[in-house]
Amino acid sequence: MATTEIQRERRPIPSPRTITTEPRLSDKVFRGIVTAGGLSSLVILGLIAIFLLYQGYEVLVEEGFSFITSSTWEVITDEYGEVQSYSFGIAAMVVGTLLCALIAVVVAVPIAVASALFITFYAQGRLKSFLVAVIDLMAAFPSILFGFWGFFILMPKAEYWAMLLNKYLGWIPLFAVDDRIFTRSPFLAGLVLATMIIPITTAIAREVFDQTPLDRVQAAYALGATKWAMIRNVAIPYGRGGVVGGAMLGLGRAMGETVAVYTVLNIVYQINWQILFGAGGNVASLILLKFGEAKPLEIKGLMAAGFALFVLTLLVNFLADFIVRKTGSKGR
Amino acid sequence: MSINTPEKKVPSPQKPWKPSVAERSQSIAVGVLAALASIAVVALTPMKGLLPFLILSGIFAIIIGYLKGLIGRGSTTAKNNAVGVLLGLGMAIALIPIASILHTTISRGYKGLHWGLWVDDMSLNTSTDPIAEGGLYHALIGTLIMVSIALVIALPLGILTAVYLTEIKGRFARPVKFLVQAMSGVPSIVAGLFIMSAIVYPITKTFSGLMGALALSILMIPTIARTAEEVLLLIPNDLREAGVALGGTQWRTVAMVVLPAARSGLVTAMILGIARVIGETAPILLVSGGGDAVNYNPFTGPMGSLPFYVWKSFFFGTEEATTRGWAGLLVLLSFVIVLFFLARTLSSRKVRR
Amino acid sequence: MTSNQETSSASQSALASVAAARSTKAPSARRLGTGLEAKGVHAWFGSNHVLSDISIDFASGSVTALIGPSGCGKSTFIRTLNRMHEFIPTAAMAGEVLLDGKDIYAPGTDVTKIRLKIGMVFQKPNPFPSMTIGENVMSGLRLAQLKTSNKDDLIEECLQRAGLWNEVKDRLDEYGGALSGGQQQRLCIARSLAVSPHVLLMDEPCSALDPGSTLKIEDTIAELSETMTIIIVTHNMQQAARVSDYTAFFLSDGGPGEMVEYGKTSDIFSNPRDKRTENYVTGRFG
Repeated sequence: MATTEIQRERRPIPSPRTITTEPRLSDKVFRGIVTAGGLSSLVILGLIAIFLLYQGYEVLVEEGFSFITSSTWEVITDEYGEVQSYSFGIAAMVVGTLLCALIAVVVAVPIAVASALFITFYAQGRLKSFLVAVIDLMAAFPSILFGFWGFFILMPKAEYWAMLLNKYLGWIPLFAVDDRIFTRSPFLAGLVLATMIIPITTAIAREVFDQTPLDRVQAAYALGATKWAMIRNVAIPYGRGGVVGGAMLGLGRAMGETVAVYTVLNIVYQINWQILFGAGGNVASLILLKFGEAKPLEIKGLMAAGFALFVLTLLVNFLADFIVRKTGSKGR
Repeated sequence: MSINTPEKKVPSPQKPWKPSVAERSQSIAVGVLAALASIAVVALTPMKGLLPFLILSGIFAIIIGYLKGLIGRGSTTAKNNAVGVLLGLGMAIALIPIASILHTTISRGYKGLHWGLWVDDMSLNTSTDPIAEGGLYHALIGTLIMVSIALVIALPLGILTAVYLTEIKGRFARPVKFLVQAMSGVPSIVAGLFIMSAIVYPITKTFSGLMGALALSILMIPTIARTAEEVLLLIPNDLREAGVALGGTQWRTVAMVVLPAARSGLVTAMILGIARVIGETAPILLVSGGGDAVNYNPFTGPMGSLPFYVWKSFFFGTEEATTRGWAGLLVLLSFVIVLFFLARTLSSRKVRR
Repeated sequence: MTSNQETSSASQSALASVAAARSTKAPSARRLGTGLEAKGVHAWFGSNHVLSDISIDFASGSVTALIGPSGCGKSTFIRTLNRMHEFIPTAAMAGEVLLDGKDIYAPGTDVTKIRLKIGMVFQKPNPFPSMTIGENVMSGLRLAQLKTSNKDDLIEECLQRAGLWNEVKDRLDEYGGALSGGQQQRLCIARSLAVSPHVLLMDEPCSALDPGSTLKIEDTIAELSETMTIIIVTHNMQQAARVSDYTAFFLSDGGPGEMVEYGKTSDIFSNPRDKRTENYVTGRFG
């Protein structure tokens, strides 16, 4: 017997109902409190920006663009202590900040990536958990420890390495020196900063490589790939974005570091591109150096410098976040 | 053919892919050969010292590993070997500073330890006096007070931020998440400057422990918020649904179901927050100063702290002062290590539950 | 006979006729290798014995289906054949797997060369999303750093054999993730073919695909068996009947998985020797 289609009466499709709920008073209060707490970071960051700008406003307006381009930092007073003229320029310090941070990143990132790859793909079992623990522990060490270790232990070695670099590669302007003073140089500061950011960058890179999709890894191995071929063709393309993000976070940390740099760097107000030569500075250590005996006017200058540093590190962090988000979710 | 055969002997499980003794000894031989080669080079050329030896050993190990692969199997294996050695070397280089720091701190700080360290302060002596006189009691108390106050401010704010991100997921969730990340990048000296510009400068105009605590709390909040958020995200949604299905309001569900379930994770967040700020020096130098006598009052007067104690000691330059500095660093480092392992044990115990 | 037995014997004979309908294989001169043989293979995860004493001789050029209920070790077994089993940290094994007469687990063996000769297609298609379609096909060569004289010819040949050429010949520069599930799986097959394996292992390759793609892939399998040995794990008995020359039935009674019966596909489905095999192929369990 042939079957027939059962006809259904066609009824119009209704539009979806809006579902509302009126939260109880206790929940309203709860949401209010939590939202207020959650916005605290917005409030604090905003206050930081406002207050630093407010205090440093005068200097910024007075100096204008030369705040960032000139390298003089002085206050000229007459015999009564009255200020006659002043000039604040942080160019040397900004260059120093970037220089030391860049040296740190150039040294630290290859080591961090190598370590992260080693931990994820070569180490196993107890060795792996040990290495992960050690790296995370080092990320927790206080910066003052790195500063003094750098001064007492690393500096003699770094001096020797700097002399070697100068001897063999001194024809490159970066490695030339006008004066053979190799201690307390941006090179040394960069190395100390590198040891500080290796743990953070390694930890981030390791987390990223750990998440390499297993099916791609297995597909590569099933095709007859060696471990290096798999890393090169699957893990690194996948983890690239996360690693860059981690490197930029390390960069941000290196740019804002104060005590470690202050201890090992000889602060001089001239732009110094000769990284092996013992003179340099960064904005953070400038602030530390000057605030102790600074008069009110100079304090304003320091606030302006602090504001500049704040904006700079915020930009780097923003960029890092952007890169990680843009490349991470694509999952390439 | 159905299986009705008598009990056959089951062979023992093996792992034929693990490197055999022969393969292992070959790898060791590569290392030994590399070391010998670099000794030879160091002996014959003007390059001397530990550093050239290590660098040359590394380079030789890569080359020999490459050649071993090339002769044995081909260029793909050769490259694989070379890269394996290279990555291992990178790992070793990363580990050297940590070993050196631990060794230095212990060997140099050990000499400065004595019983009086914990109960005396420096009001009666200076850093250049013999080590057995004076101590860092004031620094300990100062750190304790400042970190506690910072915790009182940062812990609620951090946890509320995490709750906002995971439970409420309001309109501002993405900007807040970004801001927390941005806040963790704020240099510590900027935090100190902020407190200076906002409070010290206009209002109080003196050092105090409270100011330092405020600066520290700014640095603490992002750490606590991020860790707490990770922990709260791990709580399975079934728990929340069960709470709500029982008729609970959202706040009751969060307060009585979610947060207690995340308890050990939140404690971990707190511990990590403490470890983050305990060694911070820059903001303290700016707004708290640091006295030589114990100061129990956070509202007035400079307050000592471990980082400040270390900082001051080193700048005297004499041997006694330097030893005091290392001893202070040793104490600080020990605290950080203890806190770190405490946090780890807590979070691993949670996983096992 | 009860109606249950009626339907089960009806389905049994349906399967048997399908199996018999496959044309008998003529020996081919283009066949690669002399086949794969598993001898007394056991597998463990830690102390958990999951596979017991599996011995099968996969003749060169044959298509063998591994059937059986879930969890009886078929996937584990197939992974011991190309040494993917050892990636799990607690894995252990015993026995031998002979490729062209040589044990692939012998000490000193270059495992990457083994995997070039024994390819694998996975259950979930996994083309490399960071590579184009053309690059995906060549990825096996690139990973193994093998050279080829004519890249384009090879890409076309592999895609033709996988039955995908017509659909993608104009889009070789597009990324591998933009294809449908069935197309992706055929791309993975093409990828495996590029390195000229002697044996192709397929772990439930059609279970995530629609019936149309499944049929296309089954056609591909028939053609591929001209040149290589194919071993396919499948849950679908009709597929096993359609596609394979030989069938092995795996079963686990709570302990390690064992191979209950092995034979020509038509025999397994029309005239199984073991009661358990008969129960399984007639649908009484599993």
